[in-house]
Amino acid sequence: MSITSMDTTRRPSGRSGTGGAELAVHAEGLVKSFGGQRAVDGIDLEIRTGGVFGVLGPNGAGKTTTLRMLATLLRIDAGRAEIFGVDVARQPHVIRQLVGVTGQYASVDENLTARENLWLFGRLHGIRSARAKKLAVELLDRFGLGDAADKTIAKFSGGMRRRLDLAASLITTPPLIFLDEPTTGLDPHTRGQMWDTIRGLVADGCTVLLTTQYLDEADQLADQIAVIDHGRKVAEGTPEELKAAVGDTSLQLVLAEPEQTGAAGDVIRRVLGLDPILSPERSRLQAPLKQADLAAEVLVALRDAGIRVASVSVDQPSLDEAFLTLTGHPAEPQDDESTKEERR
Amino acid sequence: MSVTSVLGEQRVRPADRVAAARRRISPREVVSQTMTMAWRALKKMRRNPEQFFDVTLQPILFTAMFAYIFGGAIAGDVRSYLPLMIPGILAQTVLTTCMATGTQLREDMEKGVFDRFKSLPMARIAPLAGPMVADLVRYAIAATLTFGMGIAVGYRPDGGALGVLGAILLAIISGWSLAWAFTWVGTIARSAQAVQGISMMIMFPLTFLSNAFVPLTSLPGWLQAFVRVNPVSHMVTAARDLANKGTISAEVGWTLLACLVVVAVFAPLSVRSYRRHL
Repeated sequence: MSITSMDTTRRPSGRSGTGGAELAVHAEGLVKSFGGQRAVDGIDLEIRTGGVFGVLGPNGAGKTTTLRMLATLLRIDAGRAEIFGVDVARQPHVIRQLVGVTGQYASVDENLTARENLWLFGRLHGIRSARAKKLAVELLDRFGLGDAADKTIAKFSGGMRRRLDLAASLITTPPLIFLDEPTTGLDPHTRGQMWDTIRGLVADGCTVLLTTQYLDEADQLADQIAVIDHGRKVAEGTPEELKAAVGDTSLQLVLAEPEQTGAAGDVIRRVLGLDPILSPERSRLQAPLKQADLAAEVLVALRDAGIRVASVSVDQPSLDEAFLTLTGHPAEPQDDESTKEERR
Repeated sequence: MSVTSVLGEQRVRPADRVAAARRRISPREVVSQTMTMAWRALKKMRRNPEQFFDVTLQPILFTAMFAYIFGGAIAGDVRSYLPLMIPGILAQTVLTTCMATGTQLREDMEKGVFDRFKSLPMARIAPLAGPMVADLVRYAIAATLTFGMGIAVGYRPDGGALGVLGAILLAIISGWSLAWAFTWVGTIARSAQAVQGISMMIMFPLTFLSNAFVPLTSLPGWLQAFVRVNPVSHMVTAARDLANKGTISAEVGWTLLACLVVVAVFAPLSVRSYRRHL
């Protein structure tokens, strides 16, 4: 499909009415079994158009399998799913034009250069050759791969592969983008870049469905989070709601001079708008944080007030703690084999 | 923090996209996607020249080996064995070449990029048919080298240049058709090694239980019956008639019919099995 030929005046019939078209994804009772074992065991999802929906869970929880069913990469054993009102099982060809998929493992061609990869995928989307070439150059520049355009992927770093992979998913600017653990194994800097890109996509009007093992990542990006464990949805809500269930991040401070404890307490009260727990005898303060990055603001305010800090730490509720709270059992040990099985 | 647009275009409107989405794939798209996949396979071949080992070394080695080992025993001398043997080697080479089609497809399918192919709105037959179009180059190389090597050791085809060209063309068509069977094996087997194993078991009886290397009359009666219906025998006989006599015999027709049957059976089977991998 050529993007320029998009007819913006055309209105699909039945767009308004049921309100179902407002949902990017509507899935009911999704089931997938591998050899008698239920990898996905009756998952319901309602994902509103726009924004980021996070699917959080440990390895082998069924996140990837769910995503692959929605992306027409796996047959849906039971249940049904619609994307923008289109049935996934009945009209896979239409679904494939609406969804861009970026997997856990970069799905680009090792034997081709970055430029050739994007051209190939553009052509397979039905874009004319000259336009596919132009799009490839634009995307490579936008993803900071312009200099590596003519290198074969075998020479790419992990971060570069991920970026190219995402670029390949965006050739037709799909309205729904699936990102399967997009930052697993990336260094913090590259992870930050990926997050910025995801926010940019949402600003463009895309809906993003993101799976992640990191509570922090879901917290940073997602408007709504579903927690999945053993193929079932165990919790769903906004990050705030889930965190409330799990418990807040807390800021721990030790001051250089104990007599400043009271003044420091005042500063924290002003910045965070809540009362810290003071232990003046050990020059220690503790305060819950709504977001981990508020810690920086507290530190800046303390410095401005001339209060010296001897040590600082931010304790976050870990995924393990989240799981313990939400499921009543700790997250299973990392099991890479089950993830591999999920892929097949 | 400022949020910068990634797509740099107008806002994405899902409802318009749903309306604009094509409901099915047109035959033109199938052809275009197949040619795009063929382009990919050719790029891959050019960057991994070791993929050409089988199509270059085998015709050269086998022609020399078979001519000097069996020539005296079967036809009295090497020179008079060549008109019998070269079309046989041609068939064997082409069969081995299309065996590699299945193995390579299987290897390819295990790579991450096939995930993307599956997620694209493209014809399911294109990832299978594309490499097969590119493989036409391999058949052409294999067939040409077989004749070239034969001529180097003293083969003088009486059918002339046109006859030889006809035999090469027939070999290419046969190879391409038969490759569908191996492609099917490629889509059902668990691993590339398994494809290799299964393909060997198909290939050896087909080539050796034919008239490729020995005259039909030298075989026991019950074996003759099988050899007579073996499509490879028809192909070999047709190629012999073309290269040695310059005549288009009825065997050409039988060979083409066999090709048609193989494609008609295995192309749909392959696509179905590839789909099931989803």
